[in-house]
Amino acid sequence: MSRYQEKSVHRQLLFEKAGFSILTVLTILTVLPIIAVVIYVIVLGSSAISWDFIFEMPMDGMRAGGIWPAIVGTFYLTLGTAIFSVPLGVAAAIYLSEYAADNQVTRTIRLAIINLAGIPSVVYGLFGLGLFVIFLNFGTSILSASLTLSIMTLPVIISTTEEALSAVPQSFRVVSVSLGATKWQTIRRMVLPQALPGILTGIVLGLERAAGETAPILFTGAAFFLPRLPNSPLDATMALPYHLFVISTQVPGMPIQIQYGTVMVLLFFVLIMNLIVTVIRSRARARRQW
Amino acid sequence: MDKIVVENLSLKYSDGTESLFNINMNIKANLITALIGPAGGGKSTFLRMMNRLNDLADVKEVTGKVLIDGENVLDPDIDVIALRRKVGIVFSRPLPLPLTIYQNLTYGLELAGEKRRSVLDEAVERSLKLAELWDEVSDRLKDPASALSGGQKQRLCLARSLVLEPEIILLDEPTSALDPVATAKIENSLVELKKQYTILIAPHNTQQAGRIADDVAFFLQGKLIEFGPTEIIYTRPTDQRTQDYITGKFG
Ligand SMILES: Nc1ncnc2c1ncn2[C@@H]1O[C@H](COP(=O)(O)OP(=O)(O)O)[C@@H](O)[C@H]1O
Ligand SMILES: [Mg+2]
Repeated sequence: MSRYQEKSVHRQLLFEKAGFSILTVLTILTVLPIIAVVIYVIVLGSSAISWDFIFEMPMDGMRAGGIWPAIVGTFYLTLGTAIFSVPLGVAAAIYLSEYAADNQVTRTIRLAIINLAGIPSVVYGLFGLGLFVIFLNFGTSILSASLTLSIMTLPVIISTTEEALSAVPQSFRVVSVSLGATKWQTIRRMVLPQALPGILTGIVLGLERAAGETAPILFTGAAFFLPRLPNSPLDATMALPYHLFVISTQVPGMPIQIQYGTVMVLLFFVLIMNLIVTVIRSRARARRQW
Repeated sequence: MDKIVVENLSLKYSDGTESLFNINMNIKANLITALIGPAGGGKSTFLRMMNRLNDLADVKEVTGKVLIDGENVLDPDIDVIALRRKVGIVFSRPLPLPLTIYQNLTYGLELAGEKRRSVLDEAVERSLKLAELWDEVSDRLKDPASALSGGQKQRLCLARSLVLEPEIILLDEPTSALDPVATAKIENSLVELKKQYTILIAPHNTQQAGRIADDVAFFLQGKLIEFGPTEIIYTRPTDQRTQDYITGKFG
């Protein structure tokens, strides 16, 4: 090997090492704030966590007691959002990715969906107020709030599902059809199972955002203080993010550990959703035979 | 006996390329008919017309007829699903579905409504034997098909098209991704299979056509230049372009 070659190889290795170190540092810098936030919340909030804090009604102007109605409310709202947005979003994505012709109309719809994902959440809140609360007369209710959150969540579910569908190799579709499958059989038996992990990821990303949002439920379903559990979808409800907003800004003399305890519960809620999906996803991956 | 009769078949893709131009061809039953010619000649397009797989492609215009057992399969009203069960296809890259070996074979049968375990088991064994793969995989049918070697995968794909008991098998350069040993295995199977099936193959080179084909059709830029028994096409073709292609002057 000539001297010149030796030198250039050496330099390349040096570059590679430097690049690798920079990437490592950047990764740590990205993860660090997240870890810091979690530790901060745990330090300040863990003293508030107890059986009563989770399962009791709030008392003394929310300065004592528990946050059970807010936990239940957020659960209902997330469930309601899932009921409306998951079937609709997945169906829309299947239509766009597998059936719609690739023309100007489809491209415009796709662009609109991507842009919808960027609209500030308060705009959805006002839209929900006008459409569901007032015009359709659902009132300030879990139903109105879930529908509003669904509209906000749909674009996320549609675009991630579409992406997951288009990641399934075209050749599987051709083979399936060549074996006498109809288009729908091909989608149901070949494409959807392959795309499932990606679809689930999209659903959870969307629902997590819905679970943590305040603005869309502010005018459509969230109650300032309602120390009982909702009886029907037409009841208003307390919800964790809005409760947090209220106790952090609207109630004087609020003990700080109650605020951070509430944050901890909300974080935990989202974490559980992540966990469930991770399990389902790894199951789906294990069943995937390739 | 003519199994397939192609009459004045022309095809244009939506980008305007005329990929088949007025093809007339009578393909006999129980023979291996090879479609040869340089890339882009329309061989794959022609094969995909036989089982209407071109329905999935961006085709602008098709004229003419493809009669299989006297029925025009280009007629929009025919049962395409039944057609695809009758006309199987093997692609150039081995494309097992992301399933087990067993499931790859039963996929088409289950779609056809077959649920009886014994029938499925029997069909799997029969088709694997026809594709000369049974001995190698009989003890690991539940393994993912992706665990097979390239040559085994391609024989699995052949078995998968046979499992539906087709009458015609299309093969589009089935050995282009395989080594000589795996290629020879496929070729042997095909020679055996032609007793029961009508085989249409785009071989991956002219030597392969010479080894296994009974009839040869030479396609050039969407036109059928010459068609006849292999020994005539290979020894005394009437068209200079056929002569040039076979002697390797272009390709
Ligand atoms: N799906 C398609 N869409 C548009 N053009 C195509 C498509 N498939 C093939 N073609 C065009 O048709 C011509 C014939 O291609 P093909 O049938 O693949 O030939 P061969 O198999 O002989 O190489 C080529 O010019 C090719 O570019
Ligand atoms: Mg080809």
